[in-house]
Amino acid sequence: MLSIDCPHCGPRAQSEFAYDRTLDAIVPLAMPPAEAMRALYTRANPRGWSDELWHHRFGCRAWLVVRRHTVTHAIESVIGYAP
Amino acid sequence: MSGPARIPGGARATIAFTFDGVAMRARPGDTLAAALLANGVGLVARSFKYHRPRGVMTAGVEEPNALVTIGTGGRTEPNTRSTDVFVYDGLVARSQNRWPSLKVDAGAVLGLAAPVFAAGFYYKTFFGPPKRWMRYEHFIRRAAGLGPAPVAADPDPYEHRAAFCDALVVGSGPTGLAAAKAAAAAGDRVLLVEQDADLGGTLLSDGGDVASIEVARAAIAAAGGRILTRTTASGLWDHGFVTLSERVAEPGQPGALAQRLWQVRAKRIVLATGAIERPLTFAGNDRPGVMLARAVRTYIARFGVLPGKRVVIATNNDDAYRTADAVAAAGGEVVAILDSRAELSAVATVAKTRFPVFTNAVPVSTQARATGLTAVEADIWTERFTYAADCLAVSGGFTPVVHLHSQGGGKLDWRADIQAYVPGATLQDIVTVGSAAGEVEAISPDTVALAHPKSSFIDFQNDVTAADVDLAYAEGYRSVEHLKRYTTLGMGTDQGKTSNMAALGRLAGAAGVSIPAAGLTTFRPPYTPLTLGALAGPDGGGHAAPSRRLALGDCHDALAPIWQPLGLWHRPRAYSQGGESLHAAALREARAVRTAAGIIDVSTLAKFIVSGPDAAALLEIVCATRVAKLAVGRGRYTVMLREDGMVMDDGTVWRLGETRYLLTSSTGGADRMEAHLGYARHVVASNLRVSVVAVQEAFAGIALAGPDAAAILERLTGAAAPAHMGVADAMVAGVPVLILAASYSGERAFELYPVGDAAVPVWDALIAAGAMPYGIEALEFLRIEKGHIVGGGEVDGRTTPHDLRLERMLQKGGGFVGASALDRPALAASDRLQLVGLTSPQPIPEGAMLVAAGGAPVEGHVTAGGLRVLGEGGVALALLRGGRARNGDTLLATSPTRGLEARVTVTDPVFYDPEGARYRG
Ligand SMILES: [Zn+2]
Repeated sequence: MLSIDCPHCGPRAQSEFAYDRTLDAIVPLAMPPAEAMRALYTRANPRGWSDELWHHRFGCRAWLVVRRHTVTHAIESVIGYAP
Repeated sequence: MSGPARIPGGARATIAFTFDGVAMRARPGDTLAAALLANGVGLVARSFKYHRPRGVMTAGVEEPNALVTIGTGGRTEPNTRSTDVFVYDGLVARSQNRWPSLKVDAGAVLGLAAPVFAAGFYYKTFFGPPKRWMRYEHFIRRAAGLGPAPVAADPDPYEHRAAFCDALVVGSGPTGLAAAKAAAAAGDRVLLVEQDADLGGTLLSDGGDVASIEVARAAIAAAGGRILTRTTASGLWDHGFVTLSERVAEPGQPGALAQRLWQVRAKRIVLATGAIERPLTFAGNDRPGVMLARAVRTYIARFGVLPGKRVVIATNNDDAYRTADAVAAAGGEVVAILDSRAELSAVATVAKTRFPVFTNAVPVSTQARATGLTAVEADIWTERFTYAADCLAVSGGFTPVVHLHSQGGGKLDWRADIQAYVPGATLQDIVTVGSAAGEVEAISPDTVALAHPKSSFIDFQNDVTAADVDLAYAEGYRSVEHLKRYTTLGMGTDQGKTSNMAALGRLAGAAGVSIPAAGLTTFRPPYTPLTLGALAGPDGGGHAAPSRRLALGDCHDALAPIWQPLGLWHRPRAYSQGGESLHAAALREARAVRTAAGIIDVSTLAKFIVSGPDAAALLEIVCATRVAKLAVGRGRYTVMLREDGMVMDDGTVWRLGETRYLLTSSTGGADRMEAHLGYARHVVASNLRVSVVAVQEAFAGIALAGPDAAAILERLTGAAAPAHMGVADAMVAGVPVLILAASYSGERAFELYPVGDAAVPVWDALIAAGAMPYGIEALEFLRIEKGHIVGGGEVDGRTTPHDLRLERMLQKGGGFVGASALDRPALAASDRLQLVGLTSPQPIPEGAMLVAAGGAPVEGHVTAGGLRVLGEGGVALALLRGGRARNGDTLLATSPTRGLEARVTVTDPVFYDPEGARYRG
């Protein structure tokens, strides 16, 4: 189980958080349809560092960007989401 | 008298236990294996496939042979390693996999199993003609097996606990103690974990700095740390997360607490998990009396048990010579030391002055009677010798315990001098020390060809022989992962702790490659078997999930309804009266709604207060329908889409004030909708000035519906009922309620929302005013007749607004979640599954397939089926290929597995009051 260092709450167990998606899969409302479908269905799926949107659902409820290594599960940074 | 026995002197055996019904005595501190040996029991178990006689081979958790069933009734624990149970007064142990008795086993006597269970037996049988499996099945089910699982409930509690520490030290041998002491001295909070009942590891059998145990104990206590014995680090996961299983009571032992599962987050981890001795491979190496050399001296030094009077030692390293010293000191005779190495080592040279030591010497077979081992045959240089002996102590070298390191993502490095893998680079703050890191005796692997590979065992627990490995290789299984699956090697409760390296060596030998080139199987948690009770912890016995209780729960209880679980909620399904069936009760309740008035608890609907200057703007992003034009005091039906354009949920939105809205959505989708709103609010449109508050549990909800509903409401509130889709504030039974005039049933209806704590008088007043309580089964009848969609039925994650005939509700300009996805060409295809109604003179089976005729291709399915509430015949909702253009088609709705079918006619999906005259009132 990952330990995620919430900028508001400090390090907490992964079970307090909900993974949402990688940042490149956020679809702004104004995005053209073809691009939006690419973002939803053909994502990068990197082997390495990945920027992910997480929700501290059973904590402060903030939406966070977790920079996580998909092979080692190392977490480099956790910051609040800002568009 | 030969065989194992207690060494004279020492503590009295005061603990009474039984083995296969025979009363025996043990000393305090004995493992069951030690106590059995002390009582002269050599034969402890029958093997898994061949029913071969087996005895104690090891003195630790790696034991593959001496598995027993411990305890009785609900405390029964099958397949327990007798080496990993500490005897307590009243312990009951039974041997397994034998018939009629352990000593006389029909399977072994007749040799029934041997020809059947060669490597790949299951594969060949399953892939062969079906009748082969039919022929063997009965036999296999009787012959192959471990102890049966208990059927009674476990009476003892289990618990879970979380802990944090600076340094987690796994293993309390000399290096673990040193590491724990050093960490404590540096001020770290230390957690020291030991799977044995006593600290000390090899200090307990080989002596050494025994005082270090107390020194470490004091240092850990002084630094505020903790020591857990009888606790196994069973899994190591990401970010220093380790699961520990603690035996509070011994297997089968009654106690206030059976086991405790710890979840530990450690800043730093020290693995001092030691090494496991490997057996040697030769004919009859599985017989009772053949034991690991270090186990032999552990039984002598720690338990005061001499495993045999005449002991032959076979080794490829120096460590086993310490066993010769121990045997001699305990009064046993060292008959011969067979050293497979060509030259005398320094240690062997010294030993040769006291014992008959032979180089280039290997055991080739054993002889035994029912009483135990009688002789060892050995090849010394090129000559064959036979030694009379009742114990053969073997040492094939040591395998570092790298399981936790590997589970934590660590790499493994091959060490040729010890013929084993050792921990390499790690991803986490984990360090491995001592023999687990490879500080073990170097070995010289023997290269002599096996004389009898068919009786030379590699995996003792699964009865896999050297010949089985050879056969697997010959049949093309080159990878060790394939070998494992083909032969079941390493798949027992011991997970191949004593066998994996020998198997790898044999496979590499057959392939003519090095062991690293042959590969390695994955180390998976748990390190030793976990009981299910430990995993369940306090969640056993019906406590697997919390139960969410309705604010009106007492009111429902008084009517003794049939309950329906819905997520964590329980809702009344129907209020059956006088032995009515569910169906009859639901139909009666639905008819009351159609002809008079009914009330239903709708408290579980998701409810969100959306407020702020941009409240409407946020709602128009989440909802696919227009919201901004809604007048204050009015509401409307709405639908929410996923980003891929599929319908996610439906609900209603109400404008309570200028910048204040109430959004309701389905019970089952409440959590998902809350997350979706959060995503929209904080990620998609974080610039909006709006707040979203989930108030699902703050308010109870009661829906009042029926032709008499308006009159009842007016009587209770003393005010005119709001028009359809209108909002009103009122007092009912002295309680303030928000009234929303929404109809799900198709009748004139009102939803009343009092604060949860104050809801009971409102419910009681409505009943006193003549409304009949109805449950969600009746609601299902009512909504089907009106063609209202439901999540999990028609909203199945694959239907678009168009498929569900909702496209005219969509905001024209887009701009809502899911809008851009709706333009995809495939979503306009004419053969999509689309919502239709079905009618039939008979009931229409829910879940049935829709076909033109029996055997024809499936064209759709019935999502919800019922009877007309008033009137005759069946009605149903269905998803049908190209359904919107197929009114008038006749089809067969068939459910062959239940033997149900009905001829149906396709219609619009509204069967009752299509003009909506009734709900408008
Ligand atoms: Zn937080």
